[in-house]
Amino acid sequence: MSADENKLNIKERYQIPTQKMIEQDPGERSRNFKQVNLGYTEELAIQEARRCIQCPKPSCVPGCPVEINIPAFIDLIARLDFIGAAKKLKESNSLPAVCGRVCPQEKQCQGPCVVGKKAPPVAIGHLERFAADYEIEHGGQEKIELPPPTGKKAAIVGAGPGGLSAAGDLAKMGHKVTVFDALHKPGGVLQYGIPEFRLPKEIVRIEIEALERLGVEIICNALIGKCKTLDQLFAEGYDSIFIGTGAGLPNFMGIPGENLNGVYSANEFLTRSNLMKAYLFPQYDTPIVRGKNVAVVGGGDSAMDAVRTAKRLGAERAIIVYRRSFKEMPARAEEKHHAEEEGVEFMTLINPVQFIGDEKGWVKRMECLKMELGEPDSSGRRRPVPVEGSNFFIEVDTVIIAVGNSTNPLLTMATPDIKVNKWGNIEVDPVTQATSKPGVYAGGDIVRGGATVILAMGDGKKAARAMHEYMMKKKS
Amino acid sequence: MHKILRKTPLSPDVVQFEVEAPLIYNSWRPGNFIIFRIHEEGERVPLTIADSNPGNKSITIIAQGIGKTTKHLNTLNEGDYIQDIIGPLGNPTHIEKFGTAVVMGGGVGTAEAYPIAKALKEAGNKMYAIIGARTKELVIMEKELQGIGVDVRVSTDDGSHGHKGLVTEVLQQLIDEGVKVDFVLAIGPLPMMRAVSELTGKQNITTMVSLNSIMVDGTGMCGACRVTVDGKTKFVCVDGPEFDGHKVDYKELGQRQRIYVDQEKESMERFIHKGGRCQ
Ligand SMILES: Cc1cc2nc3c(=O)[nH]c(=O)nc-3n(C[C@H](O)[C@H](O)[C@H](O)COP(=O)(O)OP(=O)(O)OC[C@H]3O[C@@H](n4cnc5c(N)ncnc54)[C@H](O)[C@@H]3O)c2cc1C
Ligand code: SF4
Ligand code: FES
Repeated sequence: MSADENKLNIKERYQIPTQKMIEQDPGERSRNFKQVNLGYTEELAIQEARRCIQCPKPSCVPGCPVEINIPAFIDLIARLDFIGAAKKLKESNSLPAVCGRVCPQEKQCQGPCVVGKKAPPVAIGHLERFAADYEIEHGGQEKIELPPPTGKKAAIVGAGPGGLSAAGDLAKMGHKVTVFDALHKPGGVLQYGIPEFRLPKEIVRIEIEALERLGVEIICNALIGKCKTLDQLFAEGYDSIFIGTGAGLPNFMGIPGENLNGVYSANEFLTRSNLMKAYLFPQYDTPIVRGKNVAVVGGGDSAMDAVRTAKRLGAERAIIVYRRSFKEMPARAEEKHHAEEEGVEFMTLINPVQFIGDEKGWVKRMECLKMELGEPDSSGRRRPVPVEGSNFFIEVDTVIIAVGNSTNPLLTMATPDIKVNKWGNIEVDPVTQATSKPGVYAGGDIVRGGATVILAMGDGKKAARAMHEYMMKKKS
Repeated sequence: MHKILRKTPLSPDVVQFEVEAPLIYNSWRPGNFIIFRIHEEGERVPLTIADSNPGNKSITIIAQGIGKTTKHLNTLNEGDYIQDIIGPLGNPTHIEKFGTAVVMGGGVGTAEAYPIAKALKEAGNKMYAIIGARTKELVIMEKELQGIGVDVRVSTDDGSHGHKGLVTEVLQQLIDEGVKVDFVLAIGPLPMMRAVSELTGKQNITTMVSLNSIMVDGTGMCGACRVTVDGKTKFVCVDGPEFDGHKVDYKELGQRQRIYVDQEKESMERFIHKGGRCQ
């Protein structure tokens, strides 16, 4: 294909069908941990890029929390300048290969895309992934020009997408940035939560390394609040601090039998498999229970990740048990679809009431109630109400509870001058992400409760701007 | 990477290490623990912090070679490195002047009890330690405890040193001698902590136990370490590790400690097979 073929009028662009991502066969992939989506070829990417009508006032861009110039990067792909497209992405997004894989594009940029009114919207996420992967594969990652050092130092607590986004932007403004993370590897949920088959850890590593090339220093095994307080960080010479510690406190249901053997939180199950590589046991030392009949309670991204991991670990039956209906499940559309293809069973409008164990303390069955949808609740979704007397049992040997996370109070408890709301989320100024403690900013799940990668990154970006202003005004 | 500065075997299967830990040596308190991972393929395992040496920016940890990872750790030598150490984790022991306090240590738990005994002593308590082991050569920290002015009583299963029998019997003897015990802290195998709590429950003696549940992150993120205390689920890594010994559901904790027995056996066999790095 040549760049000339890109001279199309709008009508011609509308006539190009949307290009499907190449995928691993469902029967095959449900038995391995390799990537499900294999990506676009150059041909497919160019075709898809040509579907974008290059709106003068693009409706997709306001849907992007990190303000990617979407038509510009797509145009570069259509012109065959793939490295240029990747550079354009990196101007605004520190982790494009990650976002292209895990963002809920249907709710962000692709939702408002005008093409979507008449045809499927432009597959912005697939294109983002294509350009970022192309740059990784073709070694186009030469050094980005940095402004002269400002002499200011910023500390980032938490190396999840929120913290990394703030770190990247601050480094690009010429600040010295140090990121602290409690775990032994950076990435937050990208590292411990989202499985290899959806987001290869090699991709996470490469995108984080690109940040290190911008001069960002990452210190792992550093639990801030325990090994150092925020005030100690200030005393060590940091001029401002961003908190992106995430929502790492798994919710349980508070029903009988939840502490039986074989009952996991999604966080534990996924951390064992992803961060600790238990799916490669015994080569890796960390064990995991490989259940035959696995029920996952919940309908979000963690639930989908857990159930599909269980399937890959050898489950004969892997079930999603969800108390509302299929269409209300908050997981990314693509993941629900992939899970179905892989043979995951969906039992909807059902809620467990207790787990029953055997004499050795292992879960063997769960008692459930059928639900029906009543009036809409505060989230606008119809509230599930139990159907009296509809109790029944499901035989299980593993249960994974994926009903969301609360905020981990460890750092905020060690920092009483940071104001939190009644759920423990840090309160911030919506424009600057500033907390009640001077010089301290926060964003991502610690502020929003469980949200998304890209919302966390958007917060990091806003905070970086405000931190820059704060630090440049500050005399030191 | 954390360099091992000193290795001191305390008994045939208990080894003390001084390792570099620049983020921990000056921020820990008695009762805190760390989680370590020896190498890239390793698992994360908790160990109590026994001491620190600011001069070397180091901490002391003591491991009993029970599972694959602790056995592997105990084969490492001075100059070797441990890939990851995170800490200090957990809540420090609540130290106050209770009056007369008894720390009870079983096996490697004695090493963990040592810094707490020291802190309780410094807070002005009259201190006893009752330490138990299978046999004489496995008794550890006896001199160290005596050295800080603690009245130490020993019991061994085979009677080769001190009382023959259980540490609870020694505690009963102490009480029978007329010692008014105000506070007991027990660290050791689960059955021992349970037995101690049963005894002190009858006598209304405030008792804390330090629980060793299975952990992954140690920061409250996963819930692997959950335990039922007073009918409520608690996370040992962030809510503990010490809890009111009279309120712990020991049966559930005992079951949960056995979740991975089969895999642990497999790991161990593989480890021994793979070149006998195991002693
Ligand atoms: C299984 C799963 C799948 C998901 N899938 C998707 C998806 O497909 N798409 C999507 O958009 N969103 C998804 N989400 C949600 C998304 O991952 C989160 O919203 C996002 O990661 C939040 O980013 P964050 O930077 O706020 O925090 P996190 O990613 O949670 O990172 C926080 C980091 O801070 C560290 N930390 C915590 N406390 C401290 C401390 N005191 N000191 C130092 N470090 C600390 C933690 O170790 C962690 O590394 C998923 C979530 C889960 C759990
Ligand atoms: S809204 Fe759709 S068509 Fe318009 S610029 Fe954005 S991606 Fe292209
Ligand atoms: S070890 Fe993960 S929450 Fe305690």
